[in-house]
Amino acid sequence: MKSRNIVMGLSALLALSFAQKADAQVGEPYIHDPSTIMECDGKYYTFGTGGGGLISEDGWTWNGGAVRPGGGAAPDAIKIGDRYLVAYSTTGGGLGGGHRGTVVTMWNKTLDPNSPDFEYTEPIQVAASLNDEDCDAIDAGLLMGPDGRLWCTYGTYFGFIRVIELDPATGARMEGCRDIDIAIDCEATTMIYRDGYYYLLGTHGTCCDGVNSTYNIVVGRSKQPTGPFIDNVGRDMLKGGGKMVLAAGYRMTGAGHFGLYEVCEGVQKMSCHFEADFDRGGRSVLAIRPLLWKNGWPVAGEPFFEGTYMIESERRGYALELAVDFVRMQGGMRGFGGFGGRGAAAPNPVIEEQKLSDVIGTWPEGNINIRIGDYMFRPHQKWTITAVPEAGGYLGGLYYKIVIEGTNRALAATAAKDVITVPEFTGADEQLWRIDQLTDGTFRIMPKKVPGCDEELVLYSAGDSFATLDKFDMNSDNSKWNFRQR
Amino acid sequence: MNKSKKFTLIVASLVMLIGLQGCAPKGGTGKAPVYSDTTIVFAKYFTPATTKAMTPDEEGFIRRWSVLEPIEKANRSNTVFTDSYIRNAFVETEYFPNQFSVIPNDGDVVKVGNQELKWHQIESNMFNVKLFRFATGLEKQKYGVIFWAVTIIECEEEMKDVRLAVGSNSASMWWLNGQEAMILSGDRRMVADDGISQRLTLKKGKNVLRGAVINGPGMSDFCVRFYDSNNEILKDLNIVLN
Repeated sequence: MKSRNIVMGLSALLALSFAQKADAQVGEPYIHDPSTIMECDGKYYTFGTGGGGLISEDGWTWNGGAVRPGGGAAPDAIKIGDRYLVAYSTTGGGLGGGHRGTVVTMWNKTLDPNSPDFEYTEPIQVAASLNDEDCDAIDAGLLMGPDGRLWCTYGTYFGFIRVIELDPATGARMEGCRDIDIAIDCEATTMIYRDGYYYLLGTHGTCCDGVNSTYNIVVGRSKQPTGPFIDNVGRDMLKGGGKMVLAAGYRMTGAGHFGLYEVCEGVQKMSCHFEADFDRGGRSVLAIRPLLWKNGWPVAGEPFFEGTYMIESERRGYALELAVDFVRMQGGMRGFGGFGGRGAAAPNPVIEEQKLSDVIGTWPEGNINIRIGDYMFRPHQKWTITAVPEAGGYLGGLYYKIVIEGTNRALAATAAKDVITVPEFTGADEQLWRIDQLTDGTFRIMPKKVPGCDEELVLYSAGDSFATLDKFDMNSDNSKWNFRQR
Repeated sequence: MNKSKKFTLIVASLVMLIGLQGCAPKGGTGKAPVYSDTTIVFAKYFTPATTKAMTPDEEGFIRRWSVLEPIEKANRSNTVFTDSYIRNAFVETEYFPNQFSVIPNDGDVVKVGNQELKWHQIESNMFNVKLFRFATGLEKQKYGVIFWAVTIIECEEEMKDVRLAVGSNSASMWWLNGQEAMILSGDRRMVADDGISQRLTLKKGKNVLRGAVINGPGMSDFCVRFYDSNNEILKDLNIVLN
C-alpha cells in the first residue's frame, strides 16, 4: 500500500510538468475562512469572513449568494437534526491591536435564501474574550461527537485555543461549562472525530498576507475533546505541536480554515481557503481536496491531474484494458544471467515500448469490451484522462473523459451495468467519469450516469480480470483503483 | 558467575543439545528429509459421480462434472492463446457432433479425428478439477490438449444477475445454456474468481454449463462457482449431470 501511494505521489509530481491541474473551483469562488460545507436541498453552501458566502449547485462551480448576517469573522456550520447551526464571531480578531471578541451561534431551518423557511434565529453569545486576555474569541469550529455532545473551539494565534460545550438543542453554552485551553499558535480551529480520536485541526503561520501568506493546516489528536491534543512526534498542541495536513502548493499559498465534508464512507473532502491563487490575481479562493488518512492521521490528497495513466486495480494489481488480442513484442528471453549463455555477449540496446500504431490495426472498429489484464504498459492499457469542463463537476472535481491514448475511443457505462469502450467520445453522460481519491489514497471511478439506472455505481473489479459496474464499497478493494504513469 | 547461575547454564545447554538432536535427520547424513507424495493416482483426485443430491462445496465450487478425455491440440507454448485464437479453437472448430449441446452419459464415446474419446462423469475431490491429473490418471495425453466439461445446475427458482466465476489453466471459454458467458484468454494460471462473467440468469430448472479448456505445456485445471446479485457465493444449487 505504501509503495502504491509513493508511486501515486511520484506520478503526480511527474505529471506537473505536462499535465493540467483541475483543482481550482470555478465561478467566483472568492472567500476567506470558509465554513464547513453544508448540503441543503441539493445545493452546497459555505460562509466566510465579513458575512455572506458561496453557493454551488454541483460542488464545483461556486458563486456568491449565500446569506449569513452579522458580519464578523470566520464562521462555521453544522447540521443537527433538520436544522443548521451557524457560529461566527462578531469581531475580527486582534489585527487592530485589541483582542476583544465574541462567539455567537444561530439557527436556520434552511440555507437557501430563497426558501420561505429561511430565517436565522437571534444570535446567542457562547464565548467572549476581553481586550488583553490570552485569547481572541473568534474563529469558531463546531463538532458533534459520537456521543451526541456538541463542542465549539475558538481562538487565534494570540493566545490559547479553547473548547467549550454547547447544548445541541439550543446552540447555547452548556450551563456550568468552563473554557478549556487546548492549543496555542493556531487559528481557524475545528475538531473532527475518527476511530476513537478527536482531531484538532488548526491553521499555523501568517494570515492575510496574500502570496506571502504562510498559513498552513496542522493537526493533533486526543482521546478526549478537551485534550491534550498531541501531534505525530508527541508534542502537545499547547506547546505549538501539529502535524502538517496541507500547506502551499500548485501555485496557491496560505491554506487555512479546515472543514470536513464526508461524502460517504471512504470518500471525504476537506475544504479550506488558499489566501492567494496565483492564477486569480492572488485572491483568496475556496479549495476542496480529498482527505486521506495515513497511519491514523489526516492529510490532504493531491488534486487529480490530467494525463495518460494505466488504471490499476487495487484488487489484484492488474491493468484496465481493452479486450483485444495481446500482441507480442519482438524479442524473447536473453538467457538467465549475465555470465555467459545465449545473448550474454551481445549489446543491450534500448527497447522501445510498443506503440499504438503497432497494434491498432488488430483492434475491432466498433465497441470493444473492457477487462483487466496483466499490467504490461501496452497501448491497450494506456488511458488519457482529460477534464470536460462543459460537463460540470461535483464536490471537488470535474468530470473526465477516459480514452485510449492517441484515440478518441472512450470508456463508457452501459445499460447492462457494465463498461465498454465506444469508438468515439460524444460527451454523453455515460462517457463522463467522476474521480474521487479515497481516504486510503486509492481512487473511486464513477460514471456520471448509468443509462436507465438511478443508482450510483462505480467501476468495479468483479473478478481479477473483469471490470463491471457495481455499488461502491469502501471495505472492498474491488471498488478501488490507482493511476500509474509507469 | 555464582554457582547457581553456572548450574542453570549447564542445564540449559543440555536441553538445547537434546533439542537439536531431536531435530537432526535420522542416519546422520546431514540431509533434510524429503517430503514426497508419489501416489499420483486417478482416485486421489476424482471419485465416480453418483446420482445423489449434490450442492456446490462450502465455498461454492462445483465439483461434479462430465469431462471428455483430452483432444489433441498441439501447442508448444500457452502464449498463443489470444482471444482470436481461443474463439477459433473453440467456436469455429467442430471436434465432435453437437459439441455445444450434448449432455453426455458416463462412458459415451465420441470420435475426434483419429481419437476415440470417452466422457467420464466425476466428482472432484478438490475444489478445482485437475485436468492434468484427469489425463495422467487415464494415461492420456497431458500436454497440447483441449478438455471439454459439462455440468447441470438445477435451480428451484429463476435467479437473475448472477455471475459465473472461473479460474482456469490455461485459457478457456464457457457457455451457459448455449450462450457465451466468458472467455479467459492468455497464458492463464488457475486463480479462483479470476474471470467473472457479466450478469446472467439461472432459469428455473436445469441450466447447462459447458466449458472448454486449452493447454499447451504444464499444469491444467479449472474451478467454477457462481455469485448471486449481492456478490454472495451461491451454494443452494443442485448439481446433476443428466
